[in-house]
Amino acid sequence: MINRLGREVPEAIDGYGMCRSYPREGGNLHTITPKNYIKNNQPRSGDKIRSDLGELINELGIKDGMTLSFHHHLRNGDKVLQVVMQAVSDAGLKDITLAASSIFPAHACLVEHMQNGVVGQITANYISGPVADAISSGDLKKPAIMYTHGGRARAIESGDLSIDVAFIAAPACDGHGNISGSEGRAACGALGYAIPDAQYAQTVVAVTDNLVSYPTPFTEIGEEYVDYVLQIKCIGDPEGIVSGTTQITRNPIGLKIASMATRVIEASGLLKDGMSFQTGAGGTSLAVAHFLAEKMKEHSIVGSFASGGITGYLVDMFEQGLFKSLLDVQCFDLEAIRSYRENPLHQGMSASRYGNPHNKGCVVNQLDVMILGATEIDLDFNVNVTTASDGRIMGGSGGHSDTAYGSKLSIVVTQLVKGRLPIVKKQVTTLTTPGTSIDVLVTERGIAVHPKRKQLRGLLQQAGLPVFSIDELYQMACGIAGEPSEFSLDEKIVAVVEYRDGSVIDVVRKVKT
Amino acid sequence: MSKRRSLLFIPGNSPGMVQNAGVFDADSVIFDLEDAVSVDEKDAARDLVCSALEGLDFGETEKIVRINPMDTVWGKIDAEAVAKVKPHAILVPKATEEAVVACDEILSHIENEQKWTQGEIQLIALIETAYGVEFSSSIVNASSRVNGVLLGGEDFTADMEIERTRHGEELSFVRRRLSTLCKARKLHFIDTPFADVNDLEGLRLDLKTAIEMGATGKAAINPRQVEEIHKAFTPDLKSVQWAQEVVDAWDEAQLSNKGVFSLHGKMIDAPVYNRAKKLLDKIG
Amino acid sequence: MNIETSSRAGSMESNDILIMLHPSENDIQIDLESKVYLQYGPQILKVIQQTLEEEDIHGVHVVARDSGALDYTIKSRVKTAVSRAKKAGPAYE
Repeated sequence: MINRLGREVPEAIDGYGMCRSYPREGGNLHTITPKNYIKNNQPRSGDKIRSDLGELINELGIKDGMTLSFHHHLRNGDKVLQVVMQAVSDAGLKDITLAASSIFPAHACLVEHMQNGVVGQITANYISGPVADAISSGDLKKPAIMYTHGGRARAIESGDLSIDVAFIAAPACDGHGNISGSEGRAACGALGYAIPDAQYAQTVVAVTDNLVSYPTPFTEIGEEYVDYVLQIKCIGDPEGIVSGTTQITRNPIGLKIASMATRVIEASGLLKDGMSFQTGAGGTSLAVAHFLAEKMKEHSIVGSFASGGITGYLVDMFEQGLFKSLLDVQCFDLEAIRSYRENPLHQGMSASRYGNPHNKGCVVNQLDVMILGATEIDLDFNVNVTTASDGRIMGGSGGHSDTAYGSKLSIVVTQLVKGRLPIVKKQVTTLTTPGTSIDVLVTERGIAVHPKRKQLRGLLQQAGLPVFSIDELYQMACGIAGEPSEFSLDEKIVAVVEYRDGSVIDVVRKVKT
Repeated sequence: MSKRRSLLFIPGNSPGMVQNAGVFDADSVIFDLEDAVSVDEKDAARDLVCSALEGLDFGETEKIVRINPMDTVWGKIDAEAVAKVKPHAILVPKATEEAVVACDEILSHIENEQKWTQGEIQLIALIETAYGVEFSSSIVNASSRVNGVLLGGEDFTADMEIERTRHGEELSFVRRRLSTLCKARKLHFIDTPFADVNDLEGLRLDLKTAIEMGATGKAAINPRQVEEIHKAFTPDLKSVQWAQEVVDAWDEAQLSNKGVFSLHGKMIDAPVYNRAKKLLDKIG
Repeated sequence: MNIETSSRAGSMESNDILIMLHPSENDIQIDLESKVYLQYGPQILKVIQQTLEEEDIHGVHVVARDSGALDYTIKSRVKTAVSRAKKAGPAYE
């Protein structure tokens, strides 16, 4: 069955259920109630602390097939997922659904749990490393579900993703369950992705290596949501927490792309007082922030907010007075963590406030300019950030689809050809973000504007920028690299790409060995 | 004639750099077979650059190849191989009269063989020794293909056994000597590259100095330098406005047979008019 | 014509290809490893084969390690490897 985006999506998928078709129209969106009321058999305030994980699992009554959730604010330094899942495995449990907000190479232990049947399903917004490879090779019993950041919040708040126990890594926590991300050896700043879990999971366990006296300073998630406080030796490795951050690219091609993207922003007319801005964490995306800062200073522009994924570069722009506020769903480095703790105008936002399309308002809809990456982009401007060109999972939307949709001007920055592979293709291998959300593609050899943005195209041409049709860029790429051979993947569906509104926009198939 | 404001050196044995040479918007690229290539890889670089010139599209960018010196085992082979793929120009290092003549002869032979227009492939003399500076006139006169001079500041100061500095004072005489020669013979005078790629302020000062001494272009060793170079060679708005005013007032004055006159308190005579006219002509 | 001694050209750098030639009694045999094998494997093999044929080389075992090289680079590295093999002359035991 070909959906409205031209992708082959079945009506129903084994292990997933019925596939809602894209786009999901109309009303009757429902929400479940937050679960922060006292249930029978659960500890009263004053009796929440536990220090034996094995016993706690028993006490929680975790059964086969339950859904356990984890956040990824400790990034590649996280130890909580590994520790908890080992105990789950030791307890002989099977068929667990692991609802992680993202999965990193540090979570490699999951591969064995997948192969042993301890973990039967995984849901995540971004998957990288050995777990991604294992899923691509078909090692997971049910198809993985890949959400967007906003979409996962939607799924939790609507009951589509029903969490039995949320394990929330807490860099600092008091005995009553007030959680902070800003203090402690494993400080990570904002805890935006954990908030929906805290509010809607049946049972919430704060996992900490840093029990502080009441009340926790800089409380991010309050005691009114937390059932247990589990003490373990170490929740995360500080060095791994700030891994995955990148520096501004030094590659002259990346710098040229970033400089051209900044000229696009200028020509669009959005470079003015009150503007808002967000960029990805890649080297070229950060370089755009750098050039934008120069232009803003040149024209004495003060923006309203910068959002994301906050890095030291954005903190720098903020502290120089270029933005009035920062809206932060996760901190990427120590500078961001410091600023978050020190500056009240550097505000946190939950994943729901960030990008849930079904709540009463989300930040991505207020965004002017968004800078995005792409593994592939096709002639309809559809973008793939989920799989590599060989079909292997290497990422996922994260906030890509949310910000692309909500922003006034979404700009994809990428080299035209990378390691001989053309980034512009006839059809993307996997569709992560629909082309209707993408406005401009900037490469070092030319710029393409989505056909629906005729006026914008005119402005860019007037500004002297090298504007081509996306078809011309595709021809250019093939002219340089040669046309790539077609190859096929296995029939078996290993992951479902769920759009932010809960519809299924594409599927990921198993790689052939 | 190509603008030749910026000439970007590209290491000849790096496929990644070679195939992206046209991306950086330099007026010219110089594919380097000499200093950027180790002795072991001279043959590989020569073949790679020739393969690139044959197989790739560099758009509007002028294609120049710096061969090895003509008195080395590689120089002659470089010239013969490169000529066959018809670059716009060959940059002759350690330029002497003999080197220029030897290169010219090879080019003439190949142009004849291939039935191309004689003299189509140009030469640029890389003046980088004391001898080169002293005998620069006869070197550029040694072949009608020579349409530019590039100053090699590092090698020149090494040859002179003097210090190479950030301010570049040690090159003043050389820059003036060569720019005068080039102006007299209507050749490009391309200034030596600025070595510190992270020091953009130093590059700006160096460009200002070079332009004041008559340079028409500057070599770049890193793509980041190209934009600064173009900025420096673009007359600023005020200068352009002044030039336009001068030319307009002059044309008017001619109609009423005025001769010398004054504009905003400045005397406008023929030399002032000519300078203004040349500036406007250059920016088109 | 066959080459009589081993040779190599190119590198493992990004955008390059490392070509190693070994003399062989048999026809042209190419062992290719490439990050983009799925998309460009056939094309890479074709360019190596064609270039060897243009150089009139028939008995050779080629080991190629590709890091995303374009056709002009592959052609050039093969030619350089052939030329180096020829220059080195016969190998002595």
